[in-house]
Amino acid sequence: MLESSALKVTPLNSLHRQMGAKMVDFGGWDMPVQYSGILDEHQTVRERVGLFDVSHMGEIEIRGPEALDLVNFVSTNNAAKLKIGQAHYAGLLYAHGGFVDDILVHKVADDHYFLCVNAGNQDKDFEHIVESNTFTATVENAGPRYAQIAVQGPRGLETLKKLTATDLAAIKYYHFADGEVSGAEARIARTGYTGEDGFEIYVSPDEAPRLWNELMEAGKEFGIKPAGLGARNTLRLESAMALYGHEIDATISPLEAGLNWIVKFDKGDFQGKAALESQRAAGITRTLAGFEMQGRGIGRDGYEIQIDGHKAGWVTSGGPAPTLGKNIGLCYLPVDKSAVGQVIQVMVRNQPVDAVVVPTPFYKRAK
Amino acid sequence: MYPENFRYTKEHEWVKVEGGTATIGITLHAQGELGDIVYVDLPKVGTKVEQGKTFGSVESVKAVSDIYSPVSGEVSSINEALNTTPEKLNSDPHGEAWLIQVKLSNPTEVDGLMKAADYQAYLGA
Repeated sequence: MLESSALKVTPLNSLHRQMGAKMVDFGGWDMPVQYSGILDEHQTVRERVGLFDVSHMGEIEIRGPEALDLVNFVSTNNAAKLKIGQAHYAGLLYAHGGFVDDILVHKVADDHYFLCVNAGNQDKDFEHIVESNTFTATVENAGPRYAQIAVQGPRGLETLKKLTATDLAAIKYYHFADGEVSGAEARIARTGYTGEDGFEIYVSPDEAPRLWNELMEAGKEFGIKPAGLGARNTLRLESAMALYGHEIDATISPLEAGLNWIVKFDKGDFQGKAALESQRAAGITRTLAGFEMQGRGIGRDGYEIQIDGHKAGWVTSGGPAPTLGKNIGLCYLPVDKSAVGQVIQVMVRNQPVDAVVVPTPFYKRAK
Repeated sequence: MYPENFRYTKEHEWVKVEGGTATIGITLHAQGELGDIVYVDLPKVGTKVEQGKTFGSVESVKAVSDIYSPVSGEVSSINEALNTTPEKLNSDPHGEAWLIQVKLSNPTEVDGLMKAADYQAYLGA
């Protein structure tokens, strides 16, 4: 067992322990992997409302008269299209076109952008942006100033509504509003990583334990439960959302990852653009695909994929899909062998088990 | 919580010997560590198993865990019900959710395994 004192902790750490969470080392953070059980938490988020501590996520603030220029140079999406109070998903790329990270960009003001980045990448992202900063803009590694709580699920809005005067229904998907939650200053974003409706709330770490408890109380009548990283992973996998270190990393480009929609070639220069243009012209050779196991067995992260007895790719994320009652996964395959219906073999402990390529996302909520 | 008539391994399997046959399963502690169990992979009847060697696996939502045989012998029976109801390993790991039965080839091996009190002390360590 690792000494938990060696790990970074969120402001909610002792609350998780009180609630009976099983804690794990997640990229150097002591985080709850589950409370009541992954399946129960997963179902709670799909049907009611779950509360996630995602305070390990990093925040980077970019300010200044050329903040937009810097954001647009380091990220693939076009932040010039964002309105104040709007957010989008984007890639942070190396010049060779691989991912430094995947991020959310929030436009706070014309001269102020707020980035939410992956926990394990935040220092690397910060240094990367600072090194790329030839603009009149400042870059702040703001992680320590924010805790983040995600309220996810169909009853999320009703839960949060009890604690804020902000008109939550008026916040559209991938938009946010700055307001207060139970008297604490908060950035309330209608975003998430579960495939359900919900909110991600950025607050001061000092206020996080109180808000967590108040949210648990507010959601009681809707059957709220705390949910851990285990359920967060099964929920995002059903929704086929990328996870850094799995679907994307420094060796994978957004074109290969099926993320063409976050690459705006027409917006001017950005890091990785030339590499992506060459790749686009030459055509990609591998692509991310979804699969469903046909035979008995579960394809897990890192398992080899074969087609006709030859190595053809690998599983990036795989496991049971609780909502679907199937075993699913994402994988890289040769482009010409990635069409829906393609039969593949997942090597489960050296035994080939049949699977078939299916459309993604695996799960889409009814609107 | 941990039956006195079982013996236990450091890898959290249990074994119950009756006559020349051993029934093998995973412990209450093991299922708790694994979380929701969704899949069990067991050997075929007739397979030879060896003490300390893996004979199958149990998968939770999160992860795959190998199961090591507490004893050597030949698989005489497997718990087919776990193919369709793996979650029984969470609810009744010491009873209904046994994994396999083995015809012992070296019955004295069992003597080297932990008794219930030793296993509980081991868990507490």
